[in-house]
Amino acid sequence: MITFDDVVKVYPGGSTAVDHLSLELPTGKTTVFVGPSGCGKTTSLRMINRMVHPTSGRVLIDGQDVAGQDEALLRRGIGYVIQHAGLFPHRTVLDNVATVPMLTGKTRREARTAALGLLERVGLSEEFAKRYPAQLSGGQQQRVGVARALAADPPVMLMDEPFSAVDPVVREGLHKEFLRLQEDLGKTIAMVTHDIDEAIKLGDVVAIFRQGGVLAQMGTPQELLDHPADDFVAEFVGRDRGFRGLSFDSAADLPVRELTPDLVLDDKGRPEGWRVDGGIKALGGTFTTADSLRQVTDLAIISPVGIAVRVDESGAADGLVRHHDLADHLAARRGRSA
Amino acid sequence: MNLSYLFDAAHWDPSATGSFPDLLLAHLGYVALALLIGTVIALPVGLYIGHTGRGSFIAINAGNAGRSLPTLGLLMLMVTLLGLGLLPVLIALTVLVIPPILTSAYAGMRTLDSQVVDAAKGMGMRPWQVLTRVELPMALPVLFSGFRSAALQVVATATVAAAVGLSGLGRLMIDGLAVNDYSRVLAGAIVVALLAVLLDLLLAQVQRWIVSPGVSKRF
Ligand SMILES: Nc1ncnc2c1ncn2[C@@H]1O[C@H](COP(=O)(O)OP(=O)(O)OP(=O)(O)O)[C@@H](O)[C@H]1O
Ligand SMILES: [Mg+2]
Repeated sequence: MITFDDVVKVYPGGSTAVDHLSLELPTGKTTVFVGPSGCGKTTSLRMINRMVHPTSGRVLIDGQDVAGQDEALLRRGIGYVIQHAGLFPHRTVLDNVATVPMLTGKTRREARTAALGLLERVGLSEEFAKRYPAQLSGGQQQRVGVARALAADPPVMLMDEPFSAVDPVVREGLHKEFLRLQEDLGKTIAMVTHDIDEAIKLGDVVAIFRQGGVLAQMGTPQELLDHPADDFVAEFVGRDRGFRGLSFDSAADLPVRELTPDLVLDDKGRPEGWRVDGGIKALGGTFTTADSLRQVTDLAIISPVGIAVRVDESGAADGLVRHHDLADHLAARRGRSA
Repeated sequence: MNLSYLFDAAHWDPSATGSFPDLLLAHLGYVALALLIGTVIALPVGLYIGHTGRGSFIAINAGNAGRSLPTLGLLMLMVTLLGLGLLPVLIALTVLVIPPILTSAYAGMRTLDSQVVDAAKGMGMRPWQVLTRVELPMALPVLFSGFRSAALQVVATATVAAAVGLSGLGRLMIDGLAVNDYSRVLAGAIVVALLAVLLDLLLAQVQRWIVSPGVSKRF
Protein backbone atom coordinates (compact mmCIF):
# COMPACT_ATOMS: atom_id res chain seq x y z
CA MET A 1 0.00 0.00 0.00
CA ILE A 2 1.22 3.47 -0.88
CA THR A 3 0.08 6.30 1.36
CA PHE A 4 0.14 10.03 0.74
CA ASP A 5 -0.10 11.72 4.10
CA ASP A 6 -1.01 15.40 3.80
CA VAL A 7 1.55 15.95 1.05
CA VAL A 8 2.29 19.44 -0.27
CA LYS A 9 4.67 20.29 -3.10
CA VAL A 10 5.55 23.90 -3.84
CA TYR A 11 8.12 24.35 -6.59
CA PRO A 12 10.73 27.06 -6.33
CA GLY A 13 9.03 30.06 -7.87
CA GLY A 14 5.98 29.52 -5.73
CA SER A 15 3.55 27.47 -7.79
CA THR A 16 1.74 24.88 -5.70
CA ALA A 17 1.77 21.64 -7.68
CA VAL A 18 0.23 19.38 -5.05
CA ASP A 19 -1.99 20.76 -2.31
CA HIS A 20 -2.51 18.77 0.91
CA LEU A 21 -2.92 15.42 -0.77
CA SER A 22 -3.94 12.47 1.34
CA LEU A 23 -4.81 9.20 -0.33
CA GLU A 24 -4.07 5.50 -0.30
CA LEU A 25 -3.19 3.28 -3.24
CA PRO A 26 -4.31 -0.27 -2.44
CA THR A 27 -1.81 -3.11 -2.77
CA GLY A 28 -2.13 -5.22 -5.91
CA LYS A 29 -4.48 -2.75 -7.59
CA THR A 30 -4.15 -0.14 -10.31
CA THR A 31 -4.77 3.41 -9.14
CA VAL A 32 -5.04 5.98 -11.89
CA PHE A 33 -4.35 9.70 -11.38
CA VAL A 34 -6.33 11.68 -13.90
CA GLY A 35 -7.06 15.36 -14.39
CA PRO A 36 -6.40 18.36 -16.61
CA SER A 37 -2.87 19.31 -17.64
CA GLY A 38 -0.73 20.83 -14.91
CA CYS A 39 -2.81 19.58 -12.00
CA GLY A 40 0.08 17.80 -10.33
CA LYS A 41 -0.31 14.18 -11.46
CA THR A 42 3.29 13.68 -12.53
CA THR A 43 4.56 15.52 -9.47
CA SER A 44 2.52 13.24 -7.21
CA LEU A 45 3.72 10.14 -9.00
CA ARG A 46 7.36 11.17 -8.80
CA MET A 47 7.15 11.75 -5.07
CA ILE A 48 6.68 8.00 -4.66
CA ASN A 49 10.18 7.18 -5.98
CA ARG A 50 11.75 10.38 -4.64
CA MET A 51 12.32 11.92 -8.06
CA VAL A 52 10.50 14.84 -6.42
CA HIS A 53 10.74 15.65 -2.72
CA PRO A 54 7.60 16.82 -0.90
CA THR A 55 7.69 20.31 0.62
CA SER A 56 5.76 18.89 3.56
CA GLY A 57 3.91 15.71 4.43
CA ARG A 58 5.01 12.13 3.93
CA VAL A 59 4.81 9.41 1.31
CA LEU A 60 4.89 5.87 2.68
CA ILE A 61 5.21 2.49 1.01
CA ASP A 62 3.84 -0.27 3.24
CA GLY A 63 4.16 2.05 6.20
CA GLN A 64 7.78 3.02 5.49
CA ASP A 65 8.48 6.69 4.84
CA VAL A 66 10.33 6.90 1.51
CA ALA A 67 12.15 10.01 2.70
CA GLY A 68 14.49 8.00 4.89
CA GLN A 69 15.52 5.57 2.16
CA ASP A 70 18.51 5.51 -0.16
CA GLU A 71 17.26 7.03 -3.42
CA ALA A 72 18.98 4.65 -5.81
CA LEU A 73 18.02 1.51 -3.88
CA LEU A 74 14.42 2.70 -3.48
CA ARG A 75 14.13 3.38 -7.22
CA ARG A 76 15.56 -0.01 -8.18
CA GLY A 77 12.68 -1.56 -6.27
CA ILE A 78 10.04 0.51 -8.07
CA GLY A 79 9.30 0.05 -11.76
CA TYR A 80 9.12 3.38 -13.56
CA VAL A 81 7.63 3.88 -17.02
CA ILE A 82 8.07 7.43 -18.21
CA GLN A 83 6.18 9.25 -20.93
CA HIS A 84 7.59 8.58 -24.43
CA ALA A 85 9.38 5.56 -22.95
CA GLY A 86 12.73 7.34 -22.39
CA LEU A 87 14.68 4.34 -23.66
CA PHE A 88 18.48 4.45 -23.74
CA PRO A 89 19.29 5.05 -27.41
CA HIS A 90 22.78 3.56 -27.20
CA ARG A 91 21.62 0.23 -25.83
CA THR A 92 19.85 -2.56 -27.61
CA VAL A 93 16.29 -3.35 -26.66
CA LEU A 94 17.52 -6.36 -24.70
CA ASP A 95 20.05 -4.33 -22.72
CA ASN A 96 17.50 -1.62 -22.05
CA VAL A 97 15.28 -4.20 -20.42
CA ALA A 98 18.23 -5.71 -18.54
CA THR A 99 19.18 -2.33 -16.99
CA VAL A 100 17.83 -2.70 -13.47
CA PRO A 101 18.76 -6.37 -12.95
CA MET A 102 22.32 -5.44 -13.95
CA LEU A 103 22.28 -2.59 -11.43
CA THR A 104 21.20 -4.94 -8.70
CA GLY A 105 24.15 -7.22 -9.33
CA LYS A 106 22.81 -9.88 -11.67
CA THR A 107 25.28 -11.14 -14.24
CA ARG A 108 24.87 -9.97 -17.81
CA ARG A 109 23.79 -13.44 -18.88
CA GLU A 110 21.12 -13.78 -16.16
CA ALA A 111 19.81 -10.30 -16.82
CA ARG A 112 19.57 -10.89 -20.57
CA THR A 113 17.83 -14.23 -20.20
CA ALA A 114 15.25 -12.62 -17.95
CA ALA A 115 14.92 -9.69 -20.35
CA LEU A 116 14.16 -12.00 -23.24
CA GLY A 117 11.30 -13.54 -21.27
CA LEU A 118 9.92 -10.09 -20.47
CA LEU A 119 9.97 -8.98 -24.09
CA GLU A 120 7.82 -11.94 -24.89
CA ARG A 121 5.47 -11.02 -22.04
CA VAL A 122 4.85 -7.58 -23.52
CA GLY A 123 4.30 -9.09 -26.94
CA LEU A 124 7.61 -8.46 -28.66
CA SER A 125 9.26 -11.37 -30.44
CA GLU A 126 12.93 -12.25 -30.13
CA GLU A 127 13.84 -10.47 -33.34
CA PHE A 128 13.42 -7.12 -31.56
CA ALA A 129 15.98 -7.94 -28.89
CA LYS A 130 19.02 -6.91 -30.93
CA ARG A 131 17.49 -3.73 -32.30
CA TYR A 132 18.08 -0.22 -31.03
CA PRO A 133 15.23 2.02 -29.83
CA ALA A 134 15.52 4.18 -32.96
CA GLN A 135 14.55 1.09 -34.97
CA LEU A 136 11.20 0.68 -33.19
CA SER A 137 7.79 2.28 -33.66
CA GLY A 138 6.37 4.42 -30.86
CA GLY A 139 4.10 1.60 -29.69
CA GLN A 140 6.95 -0.90 -29.63
CA GLN A 141 9.10 1.55 -27.67
CA GLN A 142 6.38 1.88 -25.08
CA ARG A 143 6.19 -1.88 -24.73
CA VAL A 144 9.94 -1.97 -24.17
CA GLY A 145 9.51 0.80 -21.58
CA VAL A 146 6.99 -1.36 -19.74
CA ALA A 147 9.23 -4.43 -19.99
CA ARG A 148 12.16 -2.45 -18.63
CA ALA A 149 10.11 -1.31 -15.65
CA LEU A 150 8.98 -4.89 -14.98
CA ALA A 151 12.47 -6.35 -15.25
CA ALA A 152 13.41 -6.41 -11.57
CA ASP A 153 9.94 -7.77 -10.75
CA PRO A 154 9.18 -4.79 -8.50
CA PRO A 155 6.04 -4.95 -6.37
CA VAL A 156 5.29 -1.31 -7.18
CA MET A 157 5.05 0.23 -10.65
CA LEU A 158 4.79 3.91 -11.59
CA MET A 159 3.52 4.63 -15.08
CA ASP A 160 3.40 8.18 -16.43
CA GLU A 161 1.14 8.32 -19.48
CA PRO A 162 2.55 5.02 -20.69
CA PHE A 163 0.22 4.72 -23.66
CA SER A 164 0.03 8.32 -24.81
CA ALA A 165 2.37 8.32 -27.81
CA VAL A 166 0.44 5.85 -29.93
CA ASP A 167 -2.62 5.88 -32.15
CA PRO A 168 -5.99 4.69 -30.79
CA VAL A 169 -5.80 1.25 -32.39
CA VAL A 170 -2.37 0.46 -30.98
CA ARG A 171 -3.41 1.93 -27.64
CA GLU A 172 -6.39 -0.38 -27.55
CA GLY A 173 -4.03 -3.33 -28.02
CA LEU A 174 -1.67 -2.08 -25.32
CA HIS A 175 -4.62 -1.65 -22.94
CA LYS A 176 -5.67 -5.26 -23.46
CA GLU A 177 -2.14 -6.45 -22.81
CA PHE A 178 -1.85 -4.25 -19.77
CA LEU A 179 -5.01 -5.73 -18.26
CA ARG A 180 -3.90 -9.27 -19.07
CA LEU A 181 -0.45 -8.67 -17.53
CA GLN A 182 -1.84 -7.01 -14.44
CA GLU A 183 -4.23 -9.91 -13.92
CA ASP A 184 -1.20 -12.23 -13.87
CA LEU A 185 1.15 -10.04 -11.89
CA GLY A 186 -1.07 -8.16 -9.43
CA LYS A 187 1.35 -5.24 -9.00
CA THR A 188 0.59 -2.14 -6.99
CA ILE A 189 0.38 0.35 -9.83
CA ALA A 190 0.15 4.13 -9.86
CA MET A 191 -0.64 5.35 -13.36
CA VAL A 192 -1.03 8.86 -14.72
CA THR A 193 -3.18 9.78 -17.67
CA HIS A 194 -5.23 12.76 -18.77
CA ASP A 195 -7.62 10.49 -20.64
CA ILE A 196 -10.66 9.69 -18.53
CA ASP A 197 -11.60 6.78 -20.80
CA GLU A 198 -8.24 5.19 -20.19
CA ALA A 199 -8.56 5.80 -16.46
CA ILE A 200 -11.96 4.12 -16.32
CA LYS A 201 -10.83 1.19 -18.40
CA LEU A 202 -7.58 0.44 -16.61
CA GLY A 203 -8.12 1.68 -13.06
CA ASP A 204 -9.41 -0.32 -10.13
CA VAL A 205 -9.41 3.03 -8.37
CA VAL A 206 -9.42 6.44 -10.03
CA ALA A 207 -8.25 9.66 -8.39
CA ILE A 208 -9.43 12.80 -10.17
CA PHE A 209 -7.31 15.91 -9.61
CA ARG A 210 -8.30 19.49 -10.28
CA GLN A 211 -6.15 22.54 -11.00
CA GLY A 212 -3.84 23.48 -8.18
CA GLY A 213 -3.07 19.90 -7.24
CA VAL A 214 -6.25 19.27 -5.25
CA LEU A 215 -7.84 15.83 -5.16
CA ALA A 216 -11.40 16.26 -6.43
CA GLN A 217 -12.67 12.72 -5.90
CA MET A 218 -11.39 9.21 -5.56
CA GLY A 219 -13.27 5.96 -6.02
CA THR A 220 -13.91 3.04 -8.31
CA PRO A 221 -14.79 3.98 -11.91
CA GLN A 222 -18.37 2.92 -11.30
CA GLU A 223 -18.66 5.15 -8.23
CA LEU A 224 -17.30 8.15 -10.11
CA LEU A 225 -19.67 7.62 -13.01
CA ASP A 226 -22.72 7.00 -10.82
CA HIS A 227 -22.08 9.52 -8.08
CA PRO A 228 -19.77 12.36 -9.16
CA ALA A 229 -19.02 14.48 -6.10
CA ASP A 230 -19.46 17.83 -7.84
CA ASP A 231 -19.85 19.55 -11.20
CA PHE A 232 -16.14 19.44 -11.95
CA VAL A 233 -16.06 15.65 -11.63
CA ALA A 234 -19.35 15.25 -13.50
CA GLU A 235 -18.03 17.40 -16.30
CA PHE A 236 -14.72 15.59 -16.32
CA VAL A 237 -16.12 12.07 -16.50
CA GLY A 238 -18.18 13.31 -19.42
CA ARG A 239 -21.69 13.84 -20.65
CA ASP A 240 -21.90 10.32 -22.06
CA ARG A 241 -21.14 8.79 -18.71
CA GLY A 242 -24.46 6.94 -18.78
CA PHE A 243 -23.39 5.05 -21.88
CA ARG A 244 -19.87 4.60 -20.52
CA GLY A 245 -21.33 3.18 -17.31
CA LEU A 246 -22.75 0.30 -19.33
CA SER A 247 -19.17 -1.01 -19.54
CA PHE A 248 -19.56 -2.20 -15.99
CA ASP A 249 -22.84 -4.03 -16.49
CA SER A 250 -22.56 -7.68 -17.44
CA ALA A 251 -24.63 -9.07 -20.29
CA ALA A 252 -25.03 -12.29 -18.30
CA ASP A 253 -28.48 -11.52 -16.90
CA LEU A 254 -29.82 -9.89 -20.06
CA PRO A 255 -32.85 -11.90 -21.27
CA VAL A 256 -32.67 -13.09 -24.88
CA ARG A 257 -35.18 -14.09 -27.55
CA GLU A 258 -35.32 -17.26 -29.60
CA LEU A 259 -33.45 -17.35 -32.92
CA THR A 260 -35.46 -16.43 -36.04
CA PRO A 261 -35.19 -17.94 -39.53
CA ASP A 262 -33.79 -14.63 -40.83
CA LEU A 263 -30.51 -15.44 -39.10
CA VAL A 264 -28.29 -17.47 -41.44
CA LEU A 265 -26.36 -20.24 -39.63
CA ASP A 266 -23.60 -22.54 -40.81
CA ASP A 267 -23.71 -26.34 -40.23
CA LYS A 268 -22.34 -25.90 -36.68
CA GLY A 269 -24.98 -23.35 -35.75
CA ARG A 270 -22.64 -20.37 -35.99
CA PRO A 271 -24.27 -17.16 -37.24
CA GLU A 272 -23.15 -15.95 -40.67
CA GLY A 273 -25.41 -13.00 -41.46
CA TRP A 274 -28.94 -11.68 -41.81
CA ARG A 275 -31.21 -12.49 -44.69
CA VAL A 276 -32.44 -9.09 -45.84
CA ASP A 277 -34.45 -8.53 -49.07
CA GLY A 278 -33.15 -11.72 -50.64
CA GLY A 279 -29.48 -10.87 -49.94
CA ILE A 280 -27.30 -11.62 -46.90
CA LYS A 281 -25.91 -8.80 -44.75
CA ALA A 282 -23.01 -9.02 -42.32
CA LEU A 283 -23.73 -9.40 -38.60
CA GLY A 284 -21.23 -6.83 -37.42
CA GLY A 285 -20.23 -9.04 -34.48
CA THR A 286 -21.60 -11.17 -31.66
CA PHE A 287 -21.48 -11.14 -27.86
CA THR A 288 -21.23 -13.69 -25.09
CA THR A 289 -22.43 -13.64 -21.49
CA ALA A 290 -18.92 -12.43 -20.54
CA ASP A 291 -19.36 -9.14 -22.44
CA SER A 292 -20.73 -5.86 -21.15
CA LEU A 293 -24.02 -4.14 -21.92
CA ARG A 294 -21.99 -1.50 -23.73
CA GLN A 295 -20.87 -4.14 -26.21
CA VAL A 296 -24.45 -5.38 -26.67
CA THR A 297 -25.76 -1.85 -27.20
CA ASP A 298 -23.08 -1.19 -29.75
CA LEU A 299 -23.93 -4.37 -31.64
CA ALA A 300 -27.63 -3.60 -31.66
CA ILE A 301 -26.88 -0.15 -33.09
CA ILE A 302 -24.64 -1.32 -35.91
CA SER A 303 -26.63 -4.44 -36.81
CA PRO A 304 -28.45 -4.07 -40.19
CA VAL A 305 -31.64 -5.27 -38.52
CA GLY A 306 -31.18 -3.72 -35.08
CA ILE A 307 -30.60 -7.04 -33.36
CA ALA A 308 -27.56 -8.20 -31.40
CA VAL A 309 -26.70 -11.91 -31.60
CA ARG A 310 -25.50 -13.88 -28.57
CA VAL A 311 -23.27 -16.94 -29.03
CA ASP A 312 -22.18 -19.70 -26.64
CA GLU A 313 -18.60 -20.89 -26.04
CA SER A 314 -18.59 -22.94 -29.24
CA GLY A 315 -19.59 -19.86 -31.24
CA ALA A 316 -23.08 -21.17 -31.97
CA ALA A 317 -25.88 -18.59 -31.85
CA ASP A 318 -28.11 -19.02 -28.79
CA GLY A 319 -30.17 -15.88 -28.49
CA LEU A 320 -31.15 -12.46 -29.86
CA VAL A 321 -31.51 -9.02 -28.27
CA ARG A 322 -33.48 -6.19 -29.86
CA HIS A 323 -33.07 -2.43 -29.26
CA HIS A 324 -36.15 -2.22 -27.12
CA ASP A 325 -35.22 -5.35 -25.11
CA LEU A 326 -32.19 -3.40 -23.97
CA ALA A 327 -34.25 -0.35 -23.13
CA ASP A 328 -36.67 -2.51 -21.12
CA HIS A 329 -33.81 -4.20 -19.30
CA LEU A 330 -32.24 -0.85 -18.36
CA ALA A 331 -35.59 0.54 -17.25
CA ALA A 332 -36.23 -2.55 -15.11
CA ARG A 333 -32.78 -2.25 -13.60
CA ARG A 334 -33.34 1.41 -12.75
CA GLY A 335 -36.60 0.40 -11.12
CA ARG A 336 -34.75 -2.15 -8.98
CA SER A 337 -31.95 0.16 -7.89
CA ALA A 338 -34.21 3.14 -7.17
CA MET B 1 58.37 20.17 -57.73
CA ASN B 2 61.37 18.45 -56.38
CA LEU B 3 60.53 15.28 -54.48
CA SER B 4 64.05 13.96 -54.31
CA TYR B 5 64.35 14.46 -50.55
CA LEU B 6 61.12 12.61 -49.90
CA PHE B 7 62.05 9.60 -52.00
CA ASP B 8 65.66 9.31 -50.90
CA ALA B 9 65.85 5.93 -49.17
CA ALA B 10 68.54 7.17 -46.79
CA HIS B 11 65.99 9.52 -45.21
CA TRP B 12 63.75 6.57 -44.36
CA ASP B 13 66.28 4.71 -42.26
CA PRO B 14 64.62 4.43 -38.81
CA SER B 15 67.91 4.26 -36.95
CA ALA B 16 69.25 7.55 -38.36
CA THR B 17 68.69 10.76 -36.41
CA GLY B 18 66.64 13.23 -38.46
CA SER B 19 65.15 10.52 -40.69
CA PHE B 20 61.41 10.53 -41.40
CA PRO B 21 60.63 7.73 -38.92
CA ASP B 22 62.68 9.43 -36.24
CA LEU B 23 61.02 12.81 -36.73
CA LEU B 24 57.59 11.25 -37.11
CA LEU B 25 57.93 9.42 -33.81
CA ALA B 26 58.97 12.58 -31.98
CA HIS B 27 56.14 14.50 -33.67
CA LEU B 28 53.56 11.94 -32.65
CA GLY B 29 54.99 12.00 -29.14
CA TYR B 30 54.28 15.75 -28.81
CA VAL B 31 50.83 15.27 -30.31
CA ALA B 32 49.94 12.43 -27.99
CA LEU B 33 51.19 14.20 -24.88
CA ALA B 34 49.37 17.43 -25.73
CA LEU B 35 46.15 15.54 -26.46
CA LEU B 36 46.44 13.55 -23.27
CA ILE B 37 47.10 16.53 -21.02
CA GLY B 38 44.55 18.68 -22.83
CA THR B 39 41.87 16.01 -22.56
CA VAL B 40 42.56 15.37 -18.90
CA ILE B 41 42.07 19.08 -18.21
CA ALA B 42 39.31 20.02 -20.65
CA LEU B 43 37.06 16.97 -20.55
CA PRO B 44 36.10 17.07 -16.86
CA VAL B 45 35.69 20.83 -16.92
CA GLY B 46 33.56 20.71 -20.07
CA LEU B 47 31.45 17.85 -18.70
CA TYR B 48 30.98 19.64 -15.40
CA ILE B 49 29.93 22.90 -17.03
CA GLY B 50 27.61 21.09 -19.43
CA HIS B 51 26.14 19.00 -16.64
CA THR B 52 25.43 21.82 -14.22
CA GLY B 53 25.04 24.73 -16.63
CA ARG B 54 27.30 26.70 -14.28
CA GLY B 55 29.95 28.80 -16.02
CA SER B 56 28.55 28.27 -19.53
CA PHE B 57 30.24 31.45 -20.72
CA ILE B 58 33.63 29.79 -20.18
CA ALA B 59 32.76 26.93 -22.48
CA ILE B 60 31.20 29.17 -25.10
CA ASN B 61 34.10 31.64 -25.15
CA ALA B 62 36.77 28.98 -24.97
CA GLY B 63 36.14 28.11 -28.60
CA ASN B 64 36.67 31.66 -29.82
CA ALA B 65 39.64 32.27 -27.58
CA GLY B 66 41.29 29.08 -28.82
CA ARG B 67 40.91 30.02 -32.46
CA SER B 68 42.33 33.49 -32.02
CA LEU B 69 45.35 32.56 -29.94
CA PRO B 70 48.61 32.48 -31.97
CA THR B 71 50.43 29.30 -30.97
CA LEU B 72 53.82 30.47 -32.15
CA GLY B 73 53.53 33.68 -30.15
CA LEU B 74 52.46 31.75 -27.08
CA LEU B 75 55.37 29.36 -27.53
CA MET B 76 57.86 32.22 -27.70
CA LEU B 77 56.34 33.75 -24.58
CA MET B 78 56.63 30.43 -22.74
CA VAL B 79 60.23 30.00 -23.84
CA THR B 80 61.02 33.48 -22.57
CA LEU B 81 59.43 32.62 -19.23
CA LEU B 82 60.53 29.01 -18.83
CA GLY B 83 63.57 28.62 -21.05
CA LEU B 84 64.06 26.06 -23.80
CA GLY B 85 62.79 22.51 -23.42
CA LEU B 86 59.77 20.27 -23.80
CA LEU B 87 57.60 22.08 -21.26
CA PRO B 88 56.96 25.34 -23.19
CA VAL B 89 56.09 23.33 -26.31
CA LEU B 90 53.64 21.13 -24.42
CA ILE B 91 52.02 24.13 -22.81
CA ALA B 92 51.53 25.88 -26.14
CA LEU B 93 50.11 22.78 -27.79
CA THR B 94 47.88 21.91 -24.82
CA VAL B 95 46.38 25.38 -24.91
CA LEU B 96 45.46 24.61 -28.50
CA VAL B 97 43.84 21.30 -27.58
CA ILE B 98 41.73 22.53 -24.70
CA PRO B 99 39.15 24.75 -26.47
CA PRO B 100 37.68 22.24 -28.96
CA ILE B 101 37.49 19.50 -26.33
CA LEU B 102 36.03 21.79 -23.69
CA THR B 103 33.44 23.20 -26.07
CA SER B 104 32.41 19.82 -27.44
CA ALA B 105 32.17 18.23 -23.99
CA TYR B 106 29.94 21.11 -22.96
CA ALA B 107 27.83 20.87 -26.10
CA GLY B 108 27.56 17.09 -25.79
CA MET B 109 26.17 17.37 -22.28
CA ARG B 110 23.84 20.25 -23.10
CA THR B 111 22.15 18.47 -25.97
CA LEU B 112 21.36 15.27 -24.05
CA ASP B 113 17.75 14.14 -24.10
CA SER B 114 16.63 15.11 -20.60
CA GLN B 115 13.90 12.44 -20.61
CA VAL B 116 16.46 9.70 -21.08
CA VAL B 117 18.63 11.08 -18.29
CA ASP B 118 15.54 11.28 -16.11
CA ALA B 119 14.76 7.65 -16.90
CA ALA B 120 18.28 6.66 -15.90
CA LYS B 121 17.84 8.30 -12.50
CA GLY B 122 14.39 6.81 -12.17
CA MET B 123 15.79 3.31 -12.78
CA GLY B 124 17.98 3.79 -9.72
CA MET B 125 21.35 4.67 -11.25
CA ARG B 126 23.70 6.60 -9.04
CA PRO B 127 25.01 9.94 -10.39
CA TRP B 128 28.30 8.37 -11.47
CA GLN B 129 26.45 5.54 -13.25
CA VAL B 130 24.16 8.03 -14.97
CA LEU B 131 27.25 9.83 -16.27
CA THR B 132 29.26 6.83 -17.41
CA ARG B 133 26.49 4.50 -18.57
CA VAL B 134 24.05 6.92 -20.14
CA GLU B 135 25.27 10.48 -20.58
CA LEU B 136 28.75 9.80 -21.94
CA PRO B 137 27.69 7.12 -24.44
CA MET B 138 24.97 9.43 -25.72
CA ALA B 139 27.26 12.47 -25.92
CA LEU B 140 30.10 10.50 -27.46
CA PRO B 141 29.66 11.55 -31.13
CA VAL B 142 29.81 15.26 -30.25
CA LEU B 143 32.62 14.71 -27.75
CA PHE B 144 34.66 12.69 -30.15
CA SER B 145 34.30 15.15 -33.01
CA GLY B 146 35.82 17.78 -30.71
CA PHE B 147 38.69 15.41 -29.99
CA ARG B 148 39.18 14.82 -33.70
CA SER B 149 39.43 18.46 -34.56
CA ALA B 150 41.81 18.99 -31.65
CA ALA B 151 43.99 16.14 -32.91
CA LEU B 152 44.10 17.54 -36.45
CA GLN B 153 45.02 21.02 -35.27
CA VAL B 154 47.76 19.79 -33.00
CA VAL B 155 49.24 17.50 -35.68
CA ALA B 156 49.67 20.47 -37.98
CA THR B 157 50.82 22.86 -35.27
CA ALA B 158 53.29 20.55 -33.53
CA THR B 159 55.75 21.61 -36.23
CA VAL B 160 56.46 24.68 -34.04
CA ALA B 161 58.46 22.44 -31.71
CA ALA B 162 61.31 22.63 -34.21
CA ALA B 163 61.32 26.42 -33.99
CA VAL B 164 62.62 26.18 -30.43
CA GLY B 165 65.17 23.49 -31.11
CA LEU B 166 63.11 20.37 -30.52
CA SER B 167 62.52 17.51 -32.93
CA GLY B 168 59.40 16.60 -34.91
CA LEU B 169 58.44 17.00 -38.55
CA GLY B 170 58.90 20.77 -38.24
CA ARG B 171 62.65 20.11 -38.37
CA LEU B 172 62.37 19.39 -42.09
CA MET B 173 60.89 22.81 -42.74
CA ILE B 174 63.05 24.83 -40.38
CA ASP B 175 66.30 23.15 -41.42
CA GLY B 176 65.31 23.04 -45.08
CA LEU B 177 64.61 26.78 -45.07
CA ALA B 178 67.88 27.48 -43.27
CA VAL B 179 69.90 25.85 -46.03
CA ASN B 180 67.53 26.74 -48.88
CA ASP B 181 66.73 23.05 -49.45
CA TYR B 182 63.17 23.41 -50.72
CA SER B 183 62.90 19.74 -51.50
CA ARG B 184 63.24 19.07 -47.78
CA VAL B 185 60.66 21.74 -46.90
CA LEU B 186 58.26 20.22 -49.39
CA ALA B 187 58.87 16.74 -48.01
CA GLY B 188 58.06 18.03 -44.50
CA ALA B 189 54.83 19.64 -45.68
CA ILE B 190 53.75 16.50 -47.52
CA VAL B 191 54.47 14.18 -44.61
CA VAL B 192 52.59 16.42 -42.16
CA ALA B 193 49.60 16.61 -44.52
CA LEU B 194 49.59 12.85 -45.03
CA LEU B 195 49.85 12.28 -41.31
CA ALA B 196 46.86 14.53 -40.71
CA VAL B 197 44.78 12.70 -43.29
CA LEU B 198 45.73 9.27 -41.98
CA LEU B 199 45.10 10.27 -38.40
CA ASP B 200 41.67 11.59 -39.28
CA LEU B 201 40.80 8.38 -41.11
CA LEU B 202 41.99 6.37 -38.14
CA LEU B 203 40.00 8.45 -35.68
CA ALA B 204 36.92 8.21 -37.88
CA GLN B 205 37.26 4.44 -37.73
CA VAL B 206 37.73 4.54 -33.96
CA GLN B 207 34.61 6.68 -33.68
CA ARG B 208 32.69 4.08 -35.65
CA TRP B 209 33.85 1.41 -33.22
CA ILE B 210 33.14 3.19 -29.98
CA VAL B 211 29.90 5.03 -30.77
CA SER B 212 26.85 2.79 -30.35
CA PRO B 213 24.96 2.18 -33.60
CA GLY B 214 21.85 3.21 -31.71
CA VAL B 215 23.30 6.70 -31.37
CA SER B 216 25.04 7.07 -34.72
CA LYS B 217 22.00 5.50 -36.47
CA ARG B 218 24.43 3.35 -38.46
CA PHE B 219 22.64 0.04 -38.05
N1 LIG C 1 10.47 21.28 -12.01
C1 LIG C 1 9.46 22.16 -11.88
N2 LIG C 1 9.71 23.44 -11.48
C2 LIG C 1 8.71 24.32 -11.33
N3 LIG C 1 7.41 24.05 -11.55
C3 LIG C 1 7.09 22.80 -11.95
C4 LIG C 1 8.10 21.81 -12.14
N4 LIG C 1 7.49 20.66 -12.54
C5 LIG C 1 6.18 20.94 -12.60
N5 LIG C 1 5.92 22.23 -12.24
C6 LIG C 1 4.60 22.86 -12.16
O1 LIG C 1 3.81 22.12 -11.26
C7 LIG C 1 2.50 21.96 -11.76
C8 LIG C 1 2.15 20.49 -11.83
O2 LIG C 1 2.98 19.87 -12.79
P1 LIG C 1 2.87 18.33 -13.16
O3 LIG C 1 3.96 18.02 -14.11
O4 LIG C 1 2.79 17.53 -11.93
O5 LIG C 1 1.47 18.30 -13.91
P2 LIG C 1 0.69 17.12 -14.62
O6 LIG C 1 -0.60 16.97 -13.93
O7 LIG C 1 1.55 15.92 -14.72
O8 LIG C 1 0.43 17.73 -16.06
P3 LIG C 1 0.43 17.06 -17.52
O9 LIG C 1 -0.86 16.35 -17.71
O10 LIG C 1 0.53 18.24 -18.44
O11 LIG C 1 1.64 16.18 -17.59
C9 LIG C 1 2.45 22.67 -13.09
O12 LIG C 1 1.86 23.92 -12.90
C10 LIG C 1 3.89 22.82 -13.49
O13 LIG C 1 4.09 24.00 -14.22
MG1 LIG D 1 2.54 14.91 -16.38
